[in-house]
Amino acid sequence: MTIVNYDPRLVKTKNPYPKGPNDWKRFFSFNTDAKVIGIQYIVTALFFLLIGGLLGMLIRGELITPPSDLFDPTVYNGLYTMHGTIMLFLFLFPILSGLTNLLVPPMIGAPDMAFPKLNALAFWLVPVFSIILLLSFFVPGGPASSGWWSYPPISIQNPLGKIINGEMLWIIAISLSGISSIIGAVNFVTTIIRMRAPGMGFFKMPIFIWTVLAAQLLQLLGLPALTGGAIMLFFDLTFGTSFFRVEGGGDPVLFQHFFWFYSHPAVYVMVLPVFGIFSELFPVYSRKPLFGYKFVAIASFGITILSLVVWVHHMFYTGTPMWMRNLFMFTTMLIAVPTGVKVFAWIATLWGGNIRLSTPMLFCLGGLFNFIFGGITGVMLATVPVDIHVGNTYFVVAHFHYIIFNTIAFGIFAAIYHWFPKFTGKMFYEGLGKIHFTLTFIGATLNWLPLHWAGLLGMPRRVASYDPEFAIWNVLASIGAFILGVASIPFILNMVSSWVRGKSAPPNPWKAIGLEWLLPSPPPHENFEEDIPTVLNEPYCYGLDKPFVEDEKFYVEKSLKKH
Amino acid sequence: MVSKNQTLTLNHKPGHIKHDGHNMTGFIIFLCSESIIFFAFFVGYSVLKISAPVWYPSGINGIDVKMPLINTVILVSSSFVIYFAEKYLHKKNLWGFRIVWFITMIMGSYFVYGQYVEWSELTFSLQSGAFGGMFYLLTGFHGLHVITGILLMGLMLYRSFLPNNYKGGEMGVESVSLFWHFVDVIWLLLFGLIYLWQ
Repeated sequence: MTIVNYDPRLVKTKNPYPKGPNDWKRFFSFNTDAKVIGIQYIVTALFFLLIGGLLGMLIRGELITPPSDLFDPTVYNGLYTMHGTIMLFLFLFPILSGLTNLLVPPMIGAPDMAFPKLNALAFWLVPVFSIILLLSFFVPGGPASSGWWSYPPISIQNPLGKIINGEMLWIIAISLSGISSIIGAVNFVTTIIRMRAPGMGFFKMPIFIWTVLAAQLLQLLGLPALTGGAIMLFFDLTFGTSFFRVEGGGDPVLFQHFFWFYSHPAVYVMVLPVFGIFSELFPVYSRKPLFGYKFVAIASFGITILSLVVWVHHMFYTGTPMWMRNLFMFTTMLIAVPTGVKVFAWIATLWGGNIRLSTPMLFCLGGLFNFIFGGITGVMLATVPVDIHVGNTYFVVAHFHYIIFNTIAFGIFAAIYHWFPKFTGKMFYEGLGKIHFTLTFIGATLNWLPLHWAGLLGMPRRVASYDPEFAIWNVLASIGAFILGVASIPFILNMVSSWVRGKSAPPNPWKAIGLEWLLPSPPPHENFEEDIPTVLNEPYCYGLDKPFVEDEKFYVEKSLKKH
Repeated sequence: MVSKNQTLTLNHKPGHIKHDGHNMTGFIIFLCSESIIFFAFFVGYSVLKISAPVWYPSGINGIDVKMPLINTVILVSSSFVIYFAEKYLHKKNLWGFRIVWFITMIMGSYFVYGQYVEWSELTFSLQSGAFGGMFYLLTGFHGLHVITGILLMGLMLYRSFLPNNYKGGEMGVESVSLFWHFVDVIWLLLFGLIYLWQ
């Protein structure tokens, strides 16, 4: 009897591209190719960006006038809860998973993720939990309305006494999202640790890979705490336990610890890959090596470690003892050091560079500009006295939107444009891209810059009506929000029309250095197949006389031939 | 007979993916993540216990340690037994492996039975304040892991009867055994926290 010791993943039973690389049907099927999964994630997430954005516009519509005239305050609570939840769990996390799925295997020269089936499972949980979350609009009492933080005791009140209620569906959806993220994180970390191309030591990995590794480790360390908290919240809500009920000996603040132990690092889970994107794109579009490669790489891990010890800064006004406040103020401010290293490195990379202002670079520059602004307000908020003064005002809302939208989403758009030719095989329309950037930048600035003033003047967050003295800032913000809504039109037009009838993309349209650019566009199913290049240097040797991979010419010619 | 797998075409040279250690790496990473969730519950238990004015529900002074102690002994020894099962497999003694592996499963099942007996004799419930909730959450969540471990062991036992599976493919057995050690260590911490710290 002959025994064939084979790995099922190595056996290809049918052609992955039955109708050529652009066969759209495979994007609707259970496919284990990381590139297909990546695009599935990205398209799903962009769909939810539209839904979340629509909810955001409804919120801004309510706030355009001081009285609560558009919605009932309860409905308003549901709106901002679902806006936050959808934007974080159905847009930002999935889209970053999508980008990492697309980029990690080709960038490290791996054929696929370490566990392709688990990878597909992690994606297909997204539609499942998004449907559960959206169904909550139709249950009695409406969707969860205690904010995306779901703080008890508000979140464990069940006025209607129904077993199936919005809050319960919210908890189930969030727990499923957690499972999906943990599966994804295990997969990414294993892939990066074990499947790099020959010669690609840790200090030859692209910065994007460093940041993904750091972010996914953070997921693994932080997310279980939130899942634990969610399980306990679920028991309190459904089975009458008293983990967070004061009357039964529980402690509502304990939930906040569980919640923020993950949800603060979650910001870094989202922002670290975006730092990676900035670090990838600035060298390409300024034709210079990344300044201080090793420092930028190590800074990613500095951020990871520090971000695990800052969560209490969300709880300065919950009766936290003074020594704890001071300690966490200190650790929070310390994060500015590794972050500053990165910002310095980017600016030094741009300095004296031959800068090309194409759409991805515009989004990167916009994102960097906004990040510096959002970072400064972040340091302001880290100081205990300022935080106690403005912690529950629109200043915080403005600050985190500057990070979450104006930095992270800008970086995501930059990445989508930059790698669009690689993974679709088509060039996008530069003009439409520039219109998209201009509208987004104006809309985002107009939306959140004025809210800093509203917050400093004392406008409270989470309320549907406010004092007329804040009206001017809110009118500006609402106009900004509607401009942002309009900005999605050129984006969608651009993506759809260029994918359908755009110009074919060459393998390396930006003349970039990196393993993924040695592949044809779109890359074949298993990326490099047999011939994996041996990496000699880090992928930022622009203008330097050192080769990135061994026998680069061979791979370029090969990819052109395939193309 | 030639294995029918040979008729499938490999699209490139096998060994292109260095997949030998992926599963173990992934599994260890997963277990690290799992330990955080237990850690969160342990911290929750400690915080609630320290800050609670009244910890045990009225009429209860503490919990009986006898049954859990027997359970602890069983579970800890099963961790050694499973080690020998693995040893047999490495020595290619398939029947030795199956028998010792099955003994581990029985020991695990006895643990679950012991837990059931203990639960059915308790006079407080899930709703009995923070303690009641925490007690059932911790022991229940751990029990769920024990049951998962037993099911996984059953799966490995079933697989050991399939042809072609144990020629250098002990990865599943090693992972399950690692999981079992993990469950065991968690139980020791849990035992100390709930039963010894009263």
